[in-house]
Amino acid sequence: MSKFLSLEGIEKRFPIPGKEDYVAVTDVNLEIKENEIISIIGHSGCGKSTLLNMISGLDAQTSGAIILENRHIQGPGPERAVVFQNHSLLPWLSVYQNIEMAVKKVMPQLGAHELRQRVEQYVSMVNLDHAKDKLPGEISGGMKQRVGIARALSITPKVLLMDEPFGALDSLTRANLQEHLMRIQQKVQNTVVIITHDIDEAVLLSDRVIMMTNGPQATIGEILEVNLPRPRNRVELQQNPEYIRCREAILSFLYEKFAKDDE
Amino acid sequence: MNRELVKKIFLPLVVLVFVLQVWSGIASIVNEFPTPSDTYVAAFGGVTSEGDELTGVLSDPFYENNQDDKGIFWQVLESLKRVFAGFVLAIIVGVPLGLFVGMSKNAQYALNPFIQIFKPVSPLAWLPLLLFIFQDINMTAIATIFITSIWPIIINTALGVKSVSEDYMNVAKVLRFTPMEKVIQIILPVSVPFIFTGMRLSLGIAWLVIVAAEMLTGGIGIGFWIWDAYNNLNYYHIIIGIIVVGLIGYLLDLMMGKIADYFDYTKRGRA
Ligand SMILES: Nc1ncnc2c1ncn2[C@@H]1O[C@H](COP(=O)(O)OP(=O)(O)O)[C@@H](O)[C@H]1O
Ligand SMILES: [Mg+2]
Repeated sequence: MSKFLSLEGIEKRFPIPGKEDYVAVTDVNLEIKENEIISIIGHSGCGKSTLLNMISGLDAQTSGAIILENRHIQGPGPERAVVFQNHSLLPWLSVYQNIEMAVKKVMPQLGAHELRQRVEQYVSMVNLDHAKDKLPGEISGGMKQRVGIARALSITPKVLLMDEPFGALDSLTRANLQEHLMRIQQKVQNTVVIITHDIDEAVLLSDRVIMMTNGPQATIGEILEVNLPRPRNRVELQQNPEYIRCREAILSFLYEKFAKDDE
Repeated sequence: MNRELVKKIFLPLVVLVFVLQVWSGIASIVNEFPTPSDTYVAAFGGVTSEGDELTGVLSDPFYENNQDDKGIFWQVLESLKRVFAGFVLAIIVGVPLGLFVGMSKNAQYALNPFIQIFKPVSPLAWLPLLLFIFQDINMTAIATIFITSIWPIIINTALGVKSVSEDYMNVAKVLRFTPMEKVIQIILPVSVPFIFTGMRLSLGIAWLVIVAAEMLTGGIGIGFWIWDAYNNLNYYHIIIGIIVVGLIGYLLDLMMGKIADYFDYTKRGRA
């Protein structure tokens, strides 16, 4: 079987006027399997967003290749949907319209009835039927992020990219959204790359955790396999030896091997 | 009634009494200056302090004696027609230009100096040139309004485009919007409140300009009506004219404000 998504020798330099380029990430090699959920963890500023932006195509790598199903990635596209940290809903469109806009554009062949069905299906998926006619300004941060997820999934992307999707939320809302994501993921089964700086989140959600070294010239330090069956229950996991092993592995990576003392 | 409302009505009345006092004071000092009561009679009809019986200009605004002698309604209507013609032209040209300046750095570099130079030019400076070009009162008035009221529309539209956040554009990029879709689905909705702010400023300017323009061009219109009153030593009409111009300007602004709010998604409750 050929590879699904692979990053080969990725490097990203940011030119700095009058100085040498800032090498944000270098020599990143990674293969992501279909339907795999991976998270990328690392200290802030290590280049996680930079890496994700290259996969999404919103930013171009300086060298190396990103290949999705044998195709080189060039520029953004709907097969790599992004959930942005600040939700990025269009504030003049209702919850329903925000999702509809995406579906309409990506699936122009849908008739009015199918379109409505599809949009409503995804509104329901994130349990927002009661809020579907509200504007983003009228719903909570957690609900907005759920709309963001629904919008991203509604166009059936091959890969779902999430940049600290729950970073701006309080811990209870965050837990709630993680549950939503896991439940939905069981249903739709697609490949997810999620950036986080939360260790529990990484272990709870992922099949593998990619740990990044600090920048400049950040790269992949270690890759951790999380061998926990799904569905996962956050309460039960607290006692699970595998969960504890994974947590400790990440803790040790972040705070012993690649501690950052200027934070 | 709540206190706030009482204050809103009562306090302006206090100022009105004060203004009328000052006005009466001036009338008693300056020879032939109209008193408030005689001005009232000139406006709404009645008997003046000198015993003349008058029909007020405001109590009979619709009369038409001949081409040059028409009621104040027709004067105002004529002015409004010119204002709207110039204003609509300014929108038609200004909004696309503003979008262009906002979206393209090069367009901004190319046009900004001209916008900045022409923006502060007084309508009175344009008037002779435009009169010379068009040789026609109506065209000149409309062109003057166009050229003086287009700037806020361009500037505010461009500002609106600039305020489109990178995040929205990223959404558009991921969905592979065409440039046209970007304009219609993202840039315009974000810019609309800005465009309306520009239009509101622009309409204000247009109404300022029309009075001045008509004074110089003559013919029919509220501006010329005031000037005509001066030439006929009818000082009552000057004051009535000022108040009418002010009231209509205020109404135009209220109207634009309401329309602007309607199109502003940040002020709309629920869609
Ligand atoms: N456009 C840019 N120009 C210059 N430096 C940048 C740019 N974007 C990011 N960087 C730098 O690259 C590094 C990685 O940034 P980022 O990927 O945002 O980190 P993370 O998401 O892991 O917190 C940071 O040091 C940041 O300052
Ligand atoms: Mg980041």
